[in-house]
Amino acid sequence: MALLSKKDSRLILDPLADNNPITIQVLGICSALAITAELKASIVMALSVVFVLGFGNVVISLMRNIIPSKIRIIVQLVVVATLVIIVDQVLKAFAYELSKTLSVFIGLIITNCIIMGRFEAFALANGPWKSFLDGIGNSAGYGLILVIIGFFRELLGSGTLLGIKVLGDPIEKTGLYAIGYENNGFMLLSPMALIVVGIIIWVQRSRNKALIEEN
Amino acid sequence: MSLKSNLHNLREKYKGKKMAPAFNALHTFLYTPNETTHSGGHIRAVDDLKRTMNTVIMALVPVLIFGIFNAGYQHYAAVDAANGIIRQASLFGNFITWENFLMGAWTVLPLVIVSYVVGLVVEFIFAVIKGHEVEEGYLVTGMLVPLIVPIDTPLWMLAVAVVFGVVIGKEVFGGTGMNILNPALTIRAFLFFAYPTWMSGDKVWVHQAVEKAGGPDAISGETILGFLAQGKGSEMTYSVSDMFFGFIPGSVGETSTLLILLGGLFLIFTKIASWRIMVSAVAGALVMGLIFNGAAELGWIAETSKFYGLMSFEFWKHLLVGGLAFGIVYMATDPVTGSQTDKGKWIYGFFIGFISVMIRVFNPAYPEGVFLAILLMNVFAPTIDHYVVRANVNKRMKRLQASADLAGGAHGKAKELKAETV
Repeated sequence: MALLSKKDSRLILDPLADNNPITIQVLGICSALAITAELKASIVMALSVVFVLGFGNVVISLMRNIIPSKIRIIVQLVVVATLVIIVDQVLKAFAYELSKTLSVFIGLIITNCIIMGRFEAFALANGPWKSFLDGIGNSAGYGLILVIIGFFRELLGSGTLLGIKVLGDPIEKTGLYAIGYENNGFMLLSPMALIVVGIIIWVQRSRNKALIEEN
Repeated sequence: MSLKSNLHNLREKYKGKKMAPAFNALHTFLYTPNETTHSGGHIRAVDDLKRTMNTVIMALVPVLIFGIFNAGYQHYAAVDAANGIIRQASLFGNFITWENFLMGAWTVLPLVIVSYVVGLVVEFIFAVIKGHEVEEGYLVTGMLVPLIVPIDTPLWMLAVAVVFGVVIGKEVFGGTGMNILNPALTIRAFLFFAYPTWMSGDKVWVHQAVEKAGGPDAISGETILGFLAQGKGSEMTYSVSDMFFGFIPGSVGETSTLLILLGGLFLIFTKIASWRIMVSAVAGALVMGLIFNGAAELGWIAETSKFYGLMSFEFWKHLLVGGLAFGIVYMATDPVTGSQTDKGKWIYGFFIGFISVMIRVFNPAYPEGVFLAILLMNVFAPTIDHYVVRANVNKRMKRLQASADLAGGAHGKAKELKAETV
């Protein structure tokens, strides 16, 4: 017996790959470029969006029949702003350094296109359980890409992963640095993040020809 | 049987095989294949893409050879200078020597080899995967790359940059002829942003200056632009003829303005490169230089300002130092990434020169903006072309309208006349 019905599991699994919000729908790019220089920041950002979108979808879905459609955008904004403030305050309380690294980008989750997009496209028309799964799926798809970008940018740009010096010490010249390796400063700049997103899209589409659009 | 027909038979044998593109690339490098077209009328000319590329390479060979000698010369000159001996450059006295050649060849040739081997391997892989012929675009790029990097660039960095430049700069757009940015400059831009300590500063331009830094036998590797950017122009010992002939530190191939000029004339004569771009780029650089000179002369900028050194640098000397001449002749004129229309070429070239000198002066931390200016204008080239074409269309539309009106008017008048006479 499966935990989720086939239809429900598609809600979670589709956005991870074939309908990924970043690589296929090309939403939420700004934050994917801005905060992925470190893996840790990427992970925290991903978790924050999972929280906001998961619960936001449920709340909107529960209220979907009583929201007047003329003011639905404002209602959605209130919901997402409330959730974002919760995330922001929790981070400030328990991970102050990290919240400084992420700075305005936690606040800017409000404007993340993925969130409003899922509210509009899914939560307003489906029940809370389905909306929850859809929210988790889409934010996880977003988070997955963020973590992949963060992994490569931190590994190649700073030679660390989650702050651990996996490639040796660049100042003491140990590990890889002993044989002349150097960190790639370009990886820390946002343009390179865009190129990494492009490469992920490239790899994904060459593995699955069905995703290639006709011109 | 001659070598040529042997190769042709081999080609027939391997036709349709997976490795055929790789073989064909080698086959057609110097030989014209035996096939003829069977349909339609075609003009038969020898200047195909491969000949075009070979011609540019011929124009680059003198620069490369000079670069080899200069690499050795600058190294020994810097060692002398560190010991308090000021060298006077003389072509046959202390420039063309075995010592310089060996030192230069030992450092420059590995750059050339790495650039070609890595770049061509990437091209061959893409050709085999995609099943098309190997495109010749890399022949020139591979030669340009070692000429525009500092002499001591670590080889693995060059290899990484070449892979990046060829794949992201060219292949993702569809290969040779489809790229938006000049691949050689993409490679240099990647190196510059990825490994800035190896691409700028006062050490990287002379062989071994980085290794010896801080030690008792430290040598300087400062370029002329570097001196000026730091306001130490008076400490410079290079004369104008040094700058013109190229006995100065800098990227491998960019120093000799004379040989670049000859290469440029050769390219114009063979009609490979556009003289419009070259002339307008020189004009753009001179105009910007004059504006800065004027500003410095009128006292708009204090002598203590960090911009003063480069602003007061005589405008025409900007063409002699740094990579401006090299960029204008060999990079800006790239037929793929430059403007295609004649009017567009004037605008495109002018802004390359103009922006190059502007970046030079306004960014003292990095007094070389030629590659950034060319990349920027590469991006704008299609836009320039678009508006030039639109303007032409509009002009002709107006002419058509006017002639229609005139014809209509004349017709009306004729009618009137007719009415009167009848």
